[in-house]
Amino acid sequence: MPQPNPNSEQSAILAAHDVSKVYQMGDVEVHALRGVTVPLYEGELMVLLGPSGSGKSTLLNILGALDVPTSGQVLYRGHDISGAGDRELTEFRRDNVGFVFQFYNLVPSLTARENIALVTEISKTPLDPGEALEMVGLTDRMDHFPAQLSGGEQQRVAIARAVAKQPKILLCDEPTGALDFKTGIRVLEVIDEVNRALGTTTAVITHHAPIASMADRVVSLSDGRVASDVTNDRKVSPHELTW
Amino acid sequence: MKVLDRKLFRDLTRLKGQAFTIALVVAVGVANYITLRSAWRALGDSRAAYYEQYRFADVFARLKRAPDSVAAQIHDVRGVATVYPRVVEEVLLPMEDMITPAHGQLISLPVHGRPPLNDVYVKAGRFPESGRGNEVLLYEPFAKEHRLRPGSTIPAILNGKLHELIVVGLALSPEYVFAIEPGGITSDDERFAPMWMSTSAIEAAFQMEGAFNDVVLRLEPGVDERAILVAVDRILKPYGGLGAYGRKLQVSDSILDGELAQIEAMVIVLPGVFLAVAAFLLNVVFSRLVTLQRGQIAVIKAVGYGNSTIALHYVKMVFVIVLIGSLMGVGLGAWLADAMLDLYAKFFRLPMARGRIDLPVVINAIIGSFVAALVGIGFAVHKAVTLPPAEAMRPPSPTRYHASSVERIPGIRRIRQTTMMVFREIWRRPLRTVLSSAGIAFALAIIILGRFGKDAHGPILDLQFGRQQREDISVNFTRQVANRGLGYLAHLPGVDQVDGYRVTPVRYRSGARWRDSVIVGLPPDSHLRRLFNRQFRPARIPHSGLLITNVLADILDAKPGDFIEVELKEGDRGTRRVQISGTIDEAFGLQGYMQKSSLHELLREKPTINTALLRVDPSREAELQMRLTDIPTVQSIHRKRTLLERFEEQTGQTMQVITLILTLFATAIAVAVVYNNARVSLSVRSRDLATLRVLGFTRAEVSAILLGEQGVQVLLGIPIGLLLGTFGAQGLLELQADPEQFRMPMLISSRTYAFSVVVILAAAALSALLVRRRLDNLDLIGVLKTRE
Repeated sequence: MPQPNPNSEQSAILAAHDVSKVYQMGDVEVHALRGVTVPLYEGELMVLLGPSGSGKSTLLNILGALDVPTSGQVLYRGHDISGAGDRELTEFRRDNVGFVFQFYNLVPSLTARENIALVTEISKTPLDPGEALEMVGLTDRMDHFPAQLSGGEQQRVAIARAVAKQPKILLCDEPTGALDFKTGIRVLEVIDEVNRALGTTTAVITHHAPIASMADRVVSLSDGRVASDVTNDRKVSPHELTW
Repeated sequence: MKVLDRKLFRDLTRLKGQAFTIALVVAVGVANYITLRSAWRALGDSRAAYYEQYRFADVFARLKRAPDSVAAQIHDVRGVATVYPRVVEEVLLPMEDMITPAHGQLISLPVHGRPPLNDVYVKAGRFPESGRGNEVLLYEPFAKEHRLRPGSTIPAILNGKLHELIVVGLALSPEYVFAIEPGGITSDDERFAPMWMSTSAIEAAFQMEGAFNDVVLRLEPGVDERAILVAVDRILKPYGGLGAYGRKLQVSDSILDGELAQIEAMVIVLPGVFLAVAAFLLNVVFSRLVTLQRGQIAVIKAVGYGNSTIALHYVKMVFVIVLIGSLMGVGLGAWLADAMLDLYAKFFRLPMARGRIDLPVVINAIIGSFVAALVGIGFAVHKAVTLPPAEAMRPPSPTRYHASSVERIPGIRRIRQTTMMVFREIWRRPLRTVLSSAGIAFALAIIILGRFGKDAHGPILDLQFGRQQREDISVNFTRQVANRGLGYLAHLPGVDQVDGYRVTPVRYRSGARWRDSVIVGLPPDSHLRRLFNRQFRPARIPHSGLLITNVLADILDAKPGDFIEVELKEGDRGTRRVQISGTIDEAFGLQGYMQKSSLHELLREKPTINTALLRVDPSREAELQMRLTDIPTVQSIHRKRTLLERFEEQTGQTMQVITLILTLFATAIAVAVVYNNARVSLSVRSRDLATLRVLGFTRAEVSAILLGEQGVQVLLGIPIGLLLGTFGAQGLLELQADPEQFRMPMLISSRTYAFSVVVILAAAALSALLVRRRLDNLDLIGVLKTRE
């Protein structure tokens, strides 16, 4: 297994350290993660790659404080949050983490702008919803409801919602999973732009290997373990991607 | 078991919370129907059978005295089938176990055989034998109160002389199903006893040989009762007739009739409300279920099951819920019906068939609940059945939201997005909001209906017995007593204050309109009897003319300043023209008031009284009572405090039971409405709510979004429920009693309103808490992966 950067854990904003996760499914124990150590460095765009069942979603959930590890630590700026209670984890997500879901998860009864305002109302340092929508190129759709938007537009609104609170970390779970190729590229361009323009530390889960080319670093998981953790020497723009 | 049926039971198990609350509402609706219908049938059928078996009369008349031959004239009136002249006299019963003497009403029995009308139901012992002057049949409830049985003796003052009467039997009569003594406000088995005695014995005691002072008639079927009443009055006028009346004004029957009317009104409305709520909830739950099971329905259709099978599948599901509810309801209804009849048996002395629930009533209740349920799920099942399989396999098209016109109001856009979510959800389904609020409103109204009775009674009692009647004891005399009698009473031991008034029976007439009632002559300086209207404002007796109740004025179509005719039924029995000087809005009766001196002028008599009012020293009351009992002309003595205590005891118990039952029923509705709506809402929006949790919303914030919609429904339902309850109470009051006799003020205390609101809020909060727990189990991780 490639060795991580020896200085990595000092500059990592968020890190999973020797994290294991075991699920009990009836009589069967499922080891979703087995002693995984994955740092997330400040400002980078990291792609978490792996086939279905490799544990990548589980790792993202634990990094995003949606779940707690069975063993190991989750360090945020050196502070262990793995043993935190529900209230503390909620607060952590609220203040520090933006999520982008595979199926957008917009609130159907709110317009695009209102979906963003939903999050900015509870943020300490929010962007203006209009500004966030402008960032994703959807100013002219701000008063449309999700049912009136295409899949790609919905996903871009979801990205705007995620970044509107100016989170430290942006976690994207298969952001192009429900989209066609062209739309998917458009969405990746937005994610890339957000990462570069705002400096938001970004992690993207995908099973599409070509997407890894746009990352600063690629971590591959296989069967609950880190198979590789390599820096991308030749990072490409999303519009150069093909699959 | 077929696979589909297995699915049915598993689905029901998953929905057990919702299924149970709906079954509970069905149970309450069925129980209500069974209880009320059973009580109505038991009371109605028992009454009909009782009246038939014991030949209850159609027409009644009291008079001063007429020879027996006059009865034949009445019999000759066309339409009269049977005439039964009687002697009826009021007596005092100075019981050893009571401070104030009880009041007895002696009724003559025919020389031979049983009474041809108003027969007596002998429950123990035998009829008095003719020739045995001191034998009586005693009213059974009175005997029970005083532990008397055949063979016991009872003291009675007949026409001023003390007798020891022998109780030879215990009896009931259709004339005294609700036994209320003249001037009383409720039945009092301890203080009032109808008694039956041989004619010869009563005639001898009261010098009524060959005469009668009471007559009851049976009419032929289909005759005009009013014409008979006019004819009888004409015949009895020379003999001091006080006005013939039909069953409608017979005290016992009119009270029973009012009760039956009330039950009849409730038997349609109350169960209907519960079943309508159950139908609505089934619609909410099953609509959601069909949506969730789109894919399953598609697969079932794709493999070859027909539409009817699918329809039957959901109908069976409803069948199970309603069956469980109905069975619970039948059990509850049977128990409540028995309890209700127990309660009625305390007041209505009817030989009632007990422990029997009519099968047709049960079947009707169950059929009714199934029909309501089928109506409720009709649309949902239709949706399931008509969905093409291919379409059902695709996800449903996304719900269309849009900004409503209300959102154009300036400033409205500034509300929080979480509030906007609640608002738009309500706006998207206005009918559901309206119906849910209606359910809450009905629940609240039912609580008010269970409590308001006590609210009105309290002020009425205060008005009547606190402000108007200020005496401790009132004494009625057998005949007019000279005013100087008050001086004698004033010197009796324990008497602090004494007052007296004169009452005379009259017929008020204005053109073709008339009513029989009384004129009360009050002295201008009366301390112990004052007049107040229903609004608690004092009224003064005019210097001249009549002050009449406003209901009487309406009946006569007369107003202050008009002249009316007053036909006297005493003295020279002449007709006088009297001016109406004013009207008073009183709670009871159709009486008129004038200055006592003016009444004496009207009657052309010397100043007399027939009722004395006494304020007494409690420490000497026992002594006073003994002295009053010794006065030969005393007909009855009423102790105000005893009257009130008895009334409070009777109504208090009944009210508490009714309040508790109706409150529990209403709580079932409120819990069911809020719980089911919240559960369905959670099911519809669990993905959105989980998303919000992921985004950093706390449990409390997400709860507020979920339960905000229910909160709006409850808050909308509360004012509607307060209005509904108020109107419902008004409606019930109007059914309760003849407004010519009794006009209960429409009073619902703020405490009742507050209690109702608190119960609804508590029920809603309880449901919310139950659903809230489920919010904590939202799958935050699963939501990342699901499309819908």
